[in-house]
This record gives sequence, C-alpha cells and structure tokens, in this order.
Amino acid sequence: MTPLLQVKGIEKLYGARIGCADVTFDLYPGEVMGIVGESGSGKSTLLNCLAGHLVPDAGQVIFDTRANGPVDTVTMSEPERRMLSRTDWAFVHQHVRDGLRMSVSAGGNIGERLMAVGDRRYGDIRDKAIDWLGRVEIEAARVDDRPTAFSGGMQQRLQIARNLVTGPRLVFMDEPTGGLDVSVQARLLDLLRGLVREMGLSAIIVTHDLAVVRLLADRLMVMKDGHVVEAGLTDQVLDDPQHAYTQLLVSSVLQV
Amino acid sequence: MSAYNFAYLDEQTKRMIRRAILKGLAIPGYQVPFASREMPMPYGWGTGGVQVSAATLTPEDTLKVIDQGADDTTNAVSIRKFFEKTAGVETTEETEKATVIQTRHRIPEAKLREDQIIVYQVPIPEPLRFLEPRETETRKMHSLEEYGLMHVKLYEDISQHGAISTAYAYPVKVCGRYVMDPSPIPKFDNPKLEMDAIQLFGAGREQRIYAVPPHTRVVSLDFEDYPFEATKADHPCDLCGAEDSYLDEVIMDDAGNRMFVCSDTDYCRSRREAGHMGRLAEENAA
Repeated sequence: MTPLLQVKGIEKLYGARIGCADVTFDLYPGEVMGIVGESGSGKSTLLNCLAGHLVPDAGQVIFDTRANGPVDTVTMSEPERRMLSRTDWAFVHQHVRDGLRMSVSAGGNIGERLMAVGDRRYGDIRDKAIDWLGRVEIEAARVDDRPTAFSGGMQQRLQIARNLVTGPRLVFMDEPTGGLDVSVQARLLDLLRGLVREMGLSAIIVTHDLAVVRLLADRLMVMKDGHVVEAGLTDQVLDDPQHAYTQLLVSSVLQV
Repeated sequence: MSAYNFAYLDEQTKRMIRRAILKGLAIPGYQVPFASREMPMPYGWGTGGVQVSAATLTPEDTLKVIDQGADDTTNAVSIRKFFEKTAGVETTEETEKATVIQTRHRIPEAKLREDQIIVYQVPIPEPLRFLEPRETETRKMHSLEEYGLMHVKLYEDISQHGAISTAYAYPVKVCGRYVMDPSPIPKFDNPKLEMDAIQLFGAGREQRIYAVPPHTRVVSLDFEDYPFEATKADHPCDLCGAEDSYLDEVIMDDAGNRMFVCSDTDYCRSRREAGHMGRLAEENAA
C-alpha cells in the first residue's frame, strides 16, 4: 500500500536555532499520528511545514494526490498546494479565531470551502452546512448565528465541520482541545474519534496532552529540541517509554 | 490660467498615470498601483477620478461631471469648475455631447458611444476588502483566482435577508478572470458595464487604477438558484414618466408624501423637453 504522506528528512531552521530537524515518517491511509512534546520542541513548526504554511529548509513532504499519485508538496506550485489545502487537506487550529471567520455566520463558514471549489447552488450549500452542523452536534437552528455567539467548544466543533465538509483525506490538528474544559474536551474527542473512523481519515495531531493521543492516535512521535526522540505505537510508547525524556513526560501526568 | 500646466497635473505625472491606464486596459479588471498625487480636494471627493480625468483630457475634449447621476450637486459642480479653470476645456451637461465623463456612483442612462470615455471615482477598489483585510492575502487571491470568498458574502446576504441584498458596488467578474468592484454604482447599472465606451476607474487614496476596455464581458456574480437581478424602485419617474431609469426617492413633507425622480438629471431634462410628463410634472412647472 502507498503511504498517504511520506515525510523525508524535514528540517526547518530559524537562523542558527533549530525549529525541527531530520524528521522522517510515513503515514498510511486511515492512520492517526500523534506528535507530543513540551512547548518549544518543534511540534507546531513541523506541522506547519507539513501543511505548507512554512517552507522547510530541507526535506520532502510527498502526498499521494488523487490525480497524479505521490507528489512532493514542497516543490509543488503554490496554486496546486493551495488547491490541496482546500480539498484534500484540512487544518484545525488551536485558536478558533485563526480557523473561523468570526464575522460570517456558521453556515457561511462551512460553505466557504464548497464555494471555493466551485459550488454555486445556494440551496445545496445550505443543506450541506446544516447536515454538517448536525454531525458536529450543533443545532440546525444556529446555522445563521455567528461564531461569536457560540461557546468555545461549539466554535471548535464548527471549525472541524468547516474543514471536513469537502471530504478531505488528511487532517492536520494543532492542539484541537487546547483551552477547553475537560468535559467539553471529552465530547470533542469522542466526536473526532467517531468522524475519523467513519470517514476513514488520516490525521496528524499535535498536542501536549497525552490523554488526547492515547484516545485518538494509532502511532506516536515524541519530540524534544526539534528532534524526534522516540516513535512507535501509542500504547507501546506510553506504557513502556524508552527515552529518558519520554519517561519524564509520562511520569509528569497528574494522576487523579 | 497660465500658472497651471494643462489640467493641473504636470506632464510627468500624467505620463505615469497614462502608463497605469494602459496597463489597466491591457489586463481588464486588474488593479494597477500608481503614485497618487495630492489634489486640491479631500480624499473621498474623487481625487482618483480627477487624476485619471486630468491624464485623459485633451484641449479638444468636452467634459461632463456627474455625482449620483446629477450634474448640479456640489461634487459635480466643483470638479467641473476645477477643469474649466485649470484645463480650459469645454464642459457640458449633455451626455451626448461629452467625450469624457467623470462620474460618481452612476452610469448615465443614455447609451455611451465608442468615442467616449467614462471615468469612475472609486472609494475602495478591492472587492474582497471587507472579507479579507490583508492586502498581501487579497493580492494572492487575485493572482491565484481564488474567489470563493466573494460568494460567502452573497451567501450571507441570502441567509440573512432571503435575497442578495447587496444593492451597490455589486461584484463583477471581468473578461472571465478578475473579480472587480465596479465602484458604488447601483446594481441596476451593472448590465451597462458591457458597453462601447472605455471605462476607467481611479481610486486616489488607495492608489489604484483599473479599467474595462470596450465590448468586454462583465458578469455579475450570483448563485444558480438566486440569479443576479438589476433592481430599481418600482415606479415611473414623477417628472418625466420614464419607467426604465434609476430613481431617487425624495421625501416631500412630514405626512409621508414622496416622489420618485430620475437620478440622471440630464436624461430626465431631455425627456421633459421632448414632451414626456410624469405624475407631478405640471404642479412642478407651476
């Protein structure tokens, strides 16, 4: 089977400092990869390099496109890359304000990607928006409300609906549960797990919350100072950490 | 007025503006940056249009200036006087006789000809501005033809008002490529954007010039199930009886009486001279 995403030797430098270096992994269709590590370990830099928001200084990000098979997205032309990020890719931001248009209604937010790929029937766009609101457990009656009128958890669910409406194959998530209280987090994780399984999505989730990766991720990479220090199956890494830093990370989780 | 160069601006500046105009005509709908000058009027009063007119005028030209369709409002009168003084060109109120027409917020009702140039005053040239505040991003969206966002605005209109409620500055796609703000003309005028005359758009504060060459395809954006409609007040003109012209509503008294009159004063006058009469025409004459 061809991997959906092949990452080869990705390196990003900020001047003399290392953002992330020498990251290599494959992601197969339907697989969820977790990336954990402390603040400043290069998780977000890596995610932004993969999603095309940052240009890496070295390495390849090969995505298995629908039309042309595996293509390096780093050297791909910008229109093609932006087209990918509107159709086959999705990016869920930690801060919903980065991912939603706060002055546009929920329906408009969900419809934007549809209209960007050429949907020109209002009725269809609205039906799909209402359908997706239902899938992320937001009442259909809220379709004309702006995200500013939503709670934090609803905003995050709306952002997920807006991203998944075009049926992407790969989802990048940057701390999707950051800033939400634990009960809302639990519902969001439940929802995400359902959607990922139901749609057969592949996902790369960056987080510092080990519970999130335990629930969602099949595989796990642990990062420290820009390097991957340990990688493997999630349960294996969390239950039997080998690297000193991973051991520290796992033992730092508060037991209630 | 020998103290001024012809049409106020110096020749170098006019050359610079003409280059921008030619580039604009070569790439219909594309916003060409230009080094906008300080003009002896405040921003928002048509500094962009005045500069484009100044660069376009020749001593043989006849100039007409309209503001909301009227020849006799402050803005129109002062710009007309400005060019009478600094260029010494002939001016007229008759659309037929003009070779250069500077306009704010309207296209004349009379069909324009191939030997005429119409210059629009533009406050905000970027149609995507209110949805995407970053200039770097909107430029990228234009260059990559990513116009989905424009439909988000129309979607919002329908979801809030049940119809596309954008009534002026209605976005259009020019020549199948660039999405353009036609300046704040009513959407009633949008179908007229496909015309025989050259159309030039000048935004002074924003320092942009763009253009639509004659006979260029201009399509108003819409949805398949909510098509574009050119709307106007559903009345005939109360002075000249015209049913095909764009109307202004005038409140007459505190008792709720109102009248509708052509916003294009020249069109209305020429119809009345030809003997057409509206509902309130006689009492107005008396």
